[in-house]
Amino acid sequence: MTEAKEIFVRLDRCMACHSCEMACAVAHSAGQSLYTAISEKPTPKPRLYVEWVAPDRAVPIVCRHCEDAPCMHACIAGAISRSPAGVVETDADKCIGCWTCVMVCPYGVIGRHLEEHKAYRCDRCPDRETPACVNACPTRALIYQSATGYSRSQRQTASRAMLAGNGG
Amino acid sequence: MTQSKETTEKSLDPAIQQMIAKAGAQNITTIWDRYAAMTPQCGFGDTGLCCRHCLQGPCRIDPFGEGPKVGICGASADVMVARGLDRAIAAGTAAHSGHAKHLAHTLKKMAQGKAEAYSIKEPGKLRAVAARLGINTEGRQDQEITLDVANAALADFHEKDTPVLWAATVVNPERVKILSKLNLVPKGIDHEVSEIMHRTLYGVDADPVNLLLGGLRCGVADLAGCYMGTDLADILFGIPQPTFSAANLGTLKAGAVNIALHGHNPVLSEVLVSATRLKEEDAKKAGASGINLVGICCTGNEIMMRHGIPSCTHSVSQEMALVTGAVDAMVVDYQCIMPSVVNVAECVGTQIITTMDIAKISGATHVEFSEEAALTKAFEIIDLAIEQFKRRRHKPVEIPAIVTPVVAGFSVEAIVAALAKLDAEQPLRPLIDNIKSGNIRGVCLFAGCNNVKVPQDKNFLQMAKILLKENVLVLATGCGAGALMRHGFMNPANVEALCGDGLKAVLTAIGQANNLGGPLPPVLHMGSCVDNSRAVALTVAVAEYLGVDTQQLPVVASAAEAVSEKAVSIGVYAVAAGLPTHVGVMLPVLGSPLVTEILTDKVKDLTGGYFIVDLDPESAAEKLLAAIDERRRGLGLAC
Repeated sequence: MTEAKEIFVRLDRCMACHSCEMACAVAHSAGQSLYTAISEKPTPKPRLYVEWVAPDRAVPIVCRHCEDAPCMHACIAGAISRSPAGVVETDADKCIGCWTCVMVCPYGVIGRHLEEHKAYRCDRCPDRETPACVNACPTRALIYQSATGYSRSQRQTASRAMLAGNGG
Repeated sequence: MTQSKETTEKSLDPAIQQMIAKAGAQNITTIWDRYAAMTPQCGFGDTGLCCRHCLQGPCRIDPFGEGPKVGICGASADVMVARGLDRAIAAGTAAHSGHAKHLAHTLKKMAQGKAEAYSIKEPGKLRAVAARLGINTEGRQDQEITLDVANAALADFHEKDTPVLWAATVVNPERVKILSKLNLVPKGIDHEVSEIMHRTLYGVDADPVNLLLGGLRCGVADLAGCYMGTDLADILFGIPQPTFSAANLGTLKAGAVNIALHGHNPVLSEVLVSATRLKEEDAKKAGASGINLVGICCTGNEIMMRHGIPSCTHSVSQEMALVTGAVDAMVVDYQCIMPSVVNVAECVGTQIITTMDIAKISGATHVEFSEEAALTKAFEIIDLAIEQFKRRRHKPVEIPAIVTPVVAGFSVEAIVAALAKLDAEQPLRPLIDNIKSGNIRGVCLFAGCNNVKVPQDKNFLQMAKILLKENVLVLATGCGAGALMRHGFMNPANVEALCGDGLKAVLTAIGQANNLGGPLPPVLHMGSCVDNSRAVALTVAVAEYLGVDTQQLPVVASAAEAVSEKAVSIGVYAVAAGLPTHVGVMLPVLGSPLVTEILTDKVKDLTGGYFIVDLDPESAAEKLLAAIDERRRGLGLAC
């Protein structure tokens, strides 16, 4: 099996446009269109967050689907599990809305759907080849890649920088 | 030639499909490539929920309720959307009236003897317009009247004691009453544009209903700008009459100096048409068969309906004319000229010649046009084209062999003259009798642009097909007219295939009475985008004949593939005139349920008109038919 892809963030690229949040909400709406999603009930929710770090940085932050996921261990209803593709999922039928997962998540990326009394999070858009947020990012701050591939490209960048610093 | 699915998703025009494939093969970037690179587009802009009107911004409102619900200043989604829409209306109004103001200045210079390339081609219209404005014509020379008309036109731009005359005198008295009651009669065209800029400024108007009423009044000012543009162009260059012409890329000629006239104002293109006749010999000396003028966009409409000059292509496919490799010069004035033409021109060797001080493009050759030295400037432009031909003549070109016959040029005057052959006393009677009898179920005006978000021409074609079969008399202007002409909807030979029996009978009867040897074309070409005023004039004439208001008539409008802010302001004046008005692409208003509801419903209680926003052409056509039938019932006519 090929290695699962993850959503990585290139921290220097985010322009804080929030397009990823908008695309995420639309991707998790019934009508799958911005024009219908706006008036849908229950309100479609974005599952990632563009955090502002004063004075001038923005950071898109999304569920890391941790290998050793604190939320999965903490869920007393047994609603959280890991799919074969490596995606940490919350079973809405089992979720009782106690927000323990919200409490323990080190990233703060588990949302509370107060109309439905359920926790929700990034599901990496199972029906899409690439998650909607990644597609929506105009500066390619979000990339969808395997951890191995991401690390390799980081190593390449770092290696080139080292060589350049060493007179090529 | 079979076309890939990819090209048919971009354009329904086979000539354009062929050029898209060629552009792809030659790595020429086109509007469709840039659109793909731009998607997905920003949802905040798409819904009208971003504001950049002050330096504390940009602000955006989260339509999904987790983020901010108001801007930093406290402006709600409703206020933000209404302000944004108002500014689009103001921009459209500024453009149409800028075009009209340019004509007014030209008219004035001509009357003062400063612009010898221009003359009064239509003294009858001059006197008719003067009379409508209350300018004395009896015993006066044309030149004196012209000066008064030009000054009256220029006076309509600023706030003065009288309302905008090109608004107040062009609609029926009942409409004037309605507009006056709602305070929608503009005080000055520039004044209204300026007032929109004021009230949408940081910390001014924050009442969405009040903002929209201001936008409506600016829309009426846009009608004035358009109407003035049409009136003055007719006086200077002649009233369009039905004329045979042709459309599509096949009108380019490999062996000729091809000059594409692109943009809007006949102030420039008319002089080029005259100058071309004097430069034919120079072109032949350079080895060309002659000079071949073709039009693009609304300039194409202007010169087609006055001179029968063919239209090469329109709107979203303007770059494709260059991709043929056969265009030696593209001469532009202003509006709808994509800056990208310069990049395509670099690949294929076309000269892009800009002519207007307010509309230069980096990388283009600029020849500053002036009315005083019009002919000299026109010669200079043509010389550049001939020089380019010499460089191009031995290189291969690819001109799609696609040409569609067109009968164009149905001004109101021409329509009335054609109808007069059926009833000389009351020319409108045959039209109205046929509306009453149901031979003509209603009237639909197609206007506006081609939008890259829609496969080119798709909405126009699908809607026109449905409406014609249902015996709706279809009028068209601007690039809507361009779409329909390129697909044969202005070819009388297609009446049989396209029109319902009632409409067929009417078009045939008028054609026969006028000795045309056949029917009128299925769709009547009314001109450029400022010439939407002609459709308003026809609607007003019918209303006055029947003694009813325009909002009661079974007349609808559609900007099925709108792009420009000019299409927004035209849509607004159609609504102000009481017409159900379809827009086939999304307006940036959905972020405000209140503004959306007002535009598509509540405004009906005020002006009788309203917007129908529907991206599906078939259901849009059904909605327009329902609106027509509702009005027929209101007039007690059978449906």
